[in-house]
Parts: sequence; structure tokens; C-alpha cells
Amino acid sequence: MATRHDTAAPPVKEGGAAPGRPPADAEAARKKRARLSRRWQRDMRWSPYAFVSPFFLLFLAFGLFPLLYTGWASLHQVELTAPTDMSWVGLRNYTRIFDDDFFWNAAKNTLTIGIISTVPQLLMAMGLAHILNYKLRGSTFYRVVMLAPYATSIAAASLVFVLLFGRDYGMINWALNAVGIDHVDWQNDKWPSQIAVSTIIIWRWTGYNALIYLAAMQAIPQDLYESAALDGASRWRQFLHVTLPSLRPTILFTVVVSTIGASQVFGEPLLFDANKGASGGSQHQFQTLGLYLYEQGWINQHLGRASAIAWTMFLILIVIGIVNYVISRRLRASS
Amino acid sequence: MTTTLTKPPADAVPEPPKRSRGMKAARAGGQLHAGPVAYVILALFTVISLFPLVWTAIAASRDNQRLAQTPPPFWFGSGLFDKLEVAWTDANLGEAFLNTTLVAGISSFTIVFLSTIAGFAFAKLRFKGRGAAMLIVIGTMMVPPQLSIIPLYMMVAKLDWTDQLQAVIFPSLVSAFGVFFMRQYLIQALPDEIIEAARVDGASSWRVVWHVVFPTARPAMAVLGMLMFVQTWNDFLWPFLVLTQTGNPTVQVAVAGLGRGYTPDQSLIMAGALLGTLPLLIVFAIFGKQIVGGIMQGAVKG
Repeated sequence: MATRHDTAAPPVKEGGAAPGRPPADAEAARKKRARLSRRWQRDMRWSPYAFVSPFFLLFLAFGLFPLLYTGWASLHQVELTAPTDMSWVGLRNYTRIFDDDFFWNAAKNTLTIGIISTVPQLLMAMGLAHILNYKLRGSTFYRVVMLAPYATSIAAASLVFVLLFGRDYGMINWALNAVGIDHVDWQNDKWPSQIAVSTIIIWRWTGYNALIYLAAMQAIPQDLYESAALDGASRWRQFLHVTLPSLRPTILFTVVVSTIGASQVFGEPLLFDANKGASGGSQHQFQTLGLYLYEQGWINQHLGRASAIAWTMFLILIVIGIVNYVISRRLRASS
Repeated sequence: MTTTLTKPPADAVPEPPKRSRGMKAARAGGQLHAGPVAYVILALFTVISLFPLVWTAIAASRDNQRLAQTPPPFWFGSGLFDKLEVAWTDANLGEAFLNTTLVAGISSFTIVFLSTIAGFAFAKLRFKGRGAAMLIVIGTMMVPPQLSIIPLYMMVAKLDWTDQLQAVIFPSLVSAFGVFFMRQYLIQALPDEIIEAARVDGASSWRVVWHVVFPTARPAMAVLGMLMFVQTWNDFLWPFLVLTQTGNPTVQVAVAGLGRGYTPDQSLIMAGALLGTLPLLIVFAIFGKQIVGGIMQGAVKG
């Protein structure tokens, strides 16, 4: 299979490598051409592989192999202290974590934190993108400012929000007091703490998602709006019937990516914990699956069990992916 | 995941706006001006975006007694530079900065180089298995990193790399997002005719990459480099697992460590958080426009 360019294939024929050379010393030139041509063909055939192979070699070593090995390790008993000592236990790690109330608690928390962080985040991002899509003074400034939280690390953001959400002297409770709302215990009560953790996530990612929506909005042809306006559609109806349908693939994409992100939440609840542990609060009220995995693997030192958690998370994501795919096909079919 | 494997997000990713005819021309052709409400909302959002960052500096400039009073301080005290100095020296942040710069520098440089050549092959060269390989690349963008940390940790433990920077560097040398990003860019930015012309002149593939692809891709390489630098600089989970605060911490590990003492010094924590974020904020202040443009072109969460 010869390598060619995408559209017009270059002539990989005799002399292709040295055009316009006069036929002087015929025999030597022919040999040289043949050699060049062979080298040319070798180059054309193999260089694409040379270009992609470093990526794939590294990916095999640090991506695919670990992925499969996690599955393998999840069927063994492995301790953190002796990670090479593996003894086969079959599915016991899985039954073990499924029997653990803390697993289900973490799964539920991951789901609720995922919902209360993703839904408002994407809705606000959509609204912001819509505003930024108007003719606007200083639009670059707003875009850069929106991205500042993205440049802030999880560690820094979480620590700042711990102070802002402080029960006694935190600024948020102070502001709530000022409008007559009583102190909220953002760290120890279940819903407040989950809302607080979600706030950190929302703060960091809303601007980023707004930019993605904005990019998609700018790709919508203007004449669609013009003809909608001619038909008498209000701005709101234009948004509903022109913007939203055109953004459907982008929305789906951000939902998938945010879902994956939400399934892995780790740093925010870890650092939000006043007890500096991996339990996600004194009552495990905001322990996510990511934290639970860390607790099992690195605090309790059961790497096999942690692997089982990792693979369970992976399987859940696959199910979500399938559901997403089915929904998107339905949507496409109905339109 | 299945979504992406069967239907790659190639069509889920918005086409980059066409510079010439797109936004500007369309706006001139009747895009409405934003009303005052829009400006109010944007101003509000600006405050929300920046306030926690500004307040980090305010908190770092106050002593802990003041932080433990209501109302909380809204303006700077006098202690900012002292606290920054303490954080820099006592909390080992100086060394952490060096470590992180090294890690983020090596990773982003390698990612940019490998992504460009691989992206070029995917965008402009034909080879057996190209479609399948691209599907794998896109599929890996969707695999959660938590799936690989346990075997990676075993590998690192076996190699005796715990607390060594190479434990952080090696797994971060590749980025499927980077390959995808460069491919998207090169498909539209690099005309086939130029490659053909170079071929006709007898250029080998490497010469094409060196003299045609790299110069063409330079803007995208710069943006990808910055994005990857930000990402590696802020990376938390993996460095947190393999590096201890006393060994060879990255900035994020060191900053997180500040918050995990038994009697945490709040204003010192804030000083550390500020130091850990400041370099990136400066980069954003200078190159923000380019980074925004790059994200809107790639439009994928790394």
C-alpha cells in the first residue's frame, strides 16, 4: 500500500524525485534514479508510521497497558506495601466494594455533586456565550477574564473556597447574615457541603465551556437568523429554534466531557475537608468515588480493591456513553 | 465512550470560525448590539471570576487574627510580601517552582513536538490503519486518568521513582488531545499543494516536516504549548500520589501541603496559593487572547 497525499497523488514514478535532469550518463543516471526512487518509496510508505509511532508507543506504555492492567489487578489481592505480590481472588474485590455502604454513598455523592456542578455550569456557560455573541465592547477582555479561573489550580481554588465558605468567619456566611439568612455549616452539613464543592468546580469551568459554546455559535451562518427574523421570530424564538439546534453536537460533547470530569472529582473534596483526610468530611458527606478510590488504595493500602473501583467507574462511564449515544441518535432522528 | 468510538466527536467539535468571512462580516451584517443588561451580567461575572483571586491576595496580606473576625477583610493589609517570602522559603515553594517548571516545560515541549508530527500524518498522509488509529486517539481522550494510576503507581514503585520528577514527567509526555488539536489545525492551515511542491523538489518526509509543517503550524504549536503548560502546571492527582511534600514536590503538591497541617496558618496558605497561581495568571494576562483563540479553535476540554 503506497503512501499518497490526500487529494492529488504526487507522481512516484521514475525520476519523480529529480525532475528535469538531462539524460547525460544514461546508465549511471538510471541507477541513481532507481535508488532515489526506492528510497523515496520507502520514505513515503514508512514515514507516516514514524510520525505517529512515538505517540502510540508512549500511549501503549502509559495509557493502554495501565488501563488493561488495572482490570487484571482488580481480580487480585494487591497491597500498597508490596505492589508486585499479587494473589488471585476472582471477583471478590468487586463483591467486597459492592457490599460496602461507603461505596454506594460515594457513588451517590459523585452523582449528586456531578449534577449540581454540571447542570448550572453548562446553563450559565450557554447564557454567557449567548451574551458574548452580541456585538460587544471589550469582548476579548471578558473572554480572558472568564478563563482566569481555569488558570487557577484545583489546589489554590479549593483552599481559597475553604476560607470563603468558613462557618464562623467565612465571607459567604457573612454575606448571607447580612441579608438575614442564618449561618450555614458549609463543611459538615450534607447538602451545603456538596454545594460548596460544586461551587469550586462551577467557578473553574464555566468560562471555559462558555468559550466552547461561543465558538460553535459563531460558526452558525448568519442567514439562518435573518430568515428567522423575516419570518417574525423573536430573539428568544431565534435562540430556541436556530441557536440551540445548531449547537446540539457541541452541547452533547460538553455533556460527555463534563460527565467524565464529574466522575473523577478528587482534588476539590480532598482539600475541602477540614479533617485533612480522604473520607470526604466527618460523615463522608462529600466523599466522591475518586476519594473513595484513593482511600481504599493509598490509606487502606488495598490496591486491588482500588483497581476494582477504577474499573467500576469505567464501566459506569461506558453505560453513560451508550445512553448518550442512544439519546443523540433519537434526537437526530426526530429532527 | 461508545459515543465517541462509533461516532467520533469530529462532528461534535465546532468548526473553527472562518476568520475572513465569519464573525466580523456576519456582525456587520446585522448582529445586534448588546443591551445594558448584558453588560451588567458580564460585569457581575467578571467580579465572580476575579474576586476569589483578588481575595487570595487580601487574605495573604492579613494576619490570622484578622482573618478570624467578622466582617472578613475586604482590603489589603501590610503583610503581603512578608507572607510571600515565608511561603517561598519555609514551605519549600522555591524548589517546588523549579520542579514544576521543569516538569511542565519538558512535558509541554514533548507533547507539542510529538503531536505536531502525528497530527501532520493524520491530517495529510495516507497510510494503512489511519482511520482506526485516529479512532484510538479520540477514544483515549475519553478514558479517565484514574483508570491508569494504579498500574502506573506500581511501575513507579518498581522502578524506585517515588519522589522523583521523572515519575511525573513520563506519563505526561503524550496527549491525545494534542494530536487531535494539531490534526484539526493542519487540515485547514496546510494546503496540499505546498507539500506536493516540496515533494516535487525532492524533499523527504522529514524535510517536509521541518521546512513546511513546523513553520505553518507555529501558531497552533504555541497555543498547544501554553495549554499543555497550564495543564501540567495545575496537575494535581498524579503528582500528589507519587511525590511527597518533603521529597520533590510540584507547586500544587506543596500548596496542598500547606493546607494540610494540624494548625493551618490561613494567611500562609493563601500566600502559597497565590504564588502557585501567579505565574499562570501573568501568562494569561499577556497571551490571554491567543489562548482564548486556541481553545475556541480546538474547543475540547483537555
